[in-house]
Amino acid sequence: MKRTALIVLSLISSAQIALASDISSVRKSELLNLLKHDCGSCHGLSLKGGLGPALTPDVLRQKPIEYITATILYGRSGTPMPPWRPFMSEGEANWLAQRIKEGVQ
Amino acid sequence: MSRRLILLLLMLIAAAPIEAGELRGTGDLGVVVERAKGSLQVIETSGNSVLGRIDGLGDLSHASVVFSRDERYAYVFGRDGGLTKVDVLEHRVVARVIQSGNSIGGAISQDGRLIAVSNYEPGGVRIFDAETLDPVADIPAVYGANLQSKVVGLVDAPGNRFIFSLWDAGEIWSVEMSDPENPVITKYRDVGKNPYDALITPDGRYYIAGLYGEDGLALLDLWYPERGVKRILNDYGKGEQKLPVYKMPHLEGWAKAGRHLFIPAVGQHQVLVVDTDNWQETGRLDVHGQPVFVMARPDGRQIWVNFAFPYNDTIQVIDTRDLKLVETLKPGKGVLHMEFEPRGGEVWVSVRDIDRLQVYDTSDFKMLADQPAEKPSGIFLSARAHRTGL
Repeated sequence: MKRTALIVLSLISSAQIALASDISSVRKSELLNLLKHDCGSCHGLSLKGGLGPALTPDVLRQKPIEYITATILYGRSGTPMPPWRPFMSEGEANWLAQRIKEGVQ
Repeated sequence: MSRRLILLLLMLIAAAPIEAGELRGTGDLGVVVERAKGSLQVIETSGNSVLGRIDGLGDLSHASVVFSRDERYAYVFGRDGGLTKVDVLEHRVVARVIQSGNSIGGAISQDGRLIAVSNYEPGGVRIFDAETLDPVADIPAVYGANLQSKVVGLVDAPGNRFIFSLWDAGEIWSVEMSDPENPVITKYRDVGKNPYDALITPDGRYYIAGLYGEDGLALLDLWYPERGVKRILNDYGKGEQKLPVYKMPHLEGWAKAGRHLFIPAVGQHQVLVVDTDNWQETGRLDVHGQPVFVMARPDGRQIWVNFAFPYNDTIQVIDTRDLKLVETLKPGKGVLHMEFEPRGGEVWVSVRDIDRLQVYDTSDFKMLADQPAEKPSGIFLSARAHRTGL
């Protein structure tokens, strides 16, 4: 499990180089809408938590971007967090992870 | 009294009817939650129009509403712990308290005097005076070694009780509030892992909690509370690969036709059909996606289903006579909620991503109205005032 996570992390770090500039502004607003409303159905509209944990910058301070990206893409087994890989690329998940970590308005 | 004063009074009386507006009842009114804006739209169902808006209600993601028994006041449960009492005739906030850090819904007592709110943070239930919103009781959902659980599935029940489920603890609690100073709490432990929502039948007899963490549902017969909670549909989903769940289903109301109860399957593109005489599964209906709401038209003849992301642009309608799919509607992305008019002829639908509020005729599925609303979610008509559990 740990090794898989490590492989996943390294895959992501190599993939993320081709990043934010490749994501169109239309797609960015789609992703933010998804974050607010679909992630928000468990984590709260303002990401302050619901059945799922709060995702505020304060809570996530200790979590590396790669960890957050991997959680978005592959979910967390043993919890209700589902994988979002079918709906976004690794670069897009990485961009979203950065937005979450710095705090989204 | 001087003549001048009388004249002045007469002038005031003459002017009054214009300022006060026309008298009207509230039986055809309702409210729609605009989740992102923190506002409610006040709607009326006789002409299918929007009458006005009430602002300043805080974070309304996943907000829900109950009505006072006179149908004049709506109590709005916001995600940010806000409990707001609004006047649906005058379109204004009457009272508002921030009662917790993070809450998920509420209920009004059988006698109409108490409002209960279920909270995630701090986990528990708080109870307020329906008139003033003054605090009446605080019931922390404490379990195990002083842990506190998030609370879901709070409903009102006969005998001035509130029933709710503890997500983290896997418990169901019943609180009897006949003496508001001394709530009597009954706890049912080990009902199953992660109850995510619950419903109560309109006769107030059965409380059913859906389980996220394992198969089956937890059933409490309130006519025989001493018999405890029993598990039903234990075999459902055994050995089957569950799909990722992108939105938790809701258990609201009672999708029932004859002896059949219709409930959303968790992690499957299916609606479960349960025989309420023996609580056995009698069938499964394949549908377009993972169901979120499975609602019966008030006459029980149709079941309307909406779906979780990424299938949330669709509504499907099932005819309960033969359990056949009769209609697939595509209102647009983000269909969040459906609310039937009390006699079932029309249904209101909120479509979040395209910011629309639509009304459909349930006999021919034609769209009767299509109005703008800002990220609409829950729709609540005042007839809920007279229904247990809503």
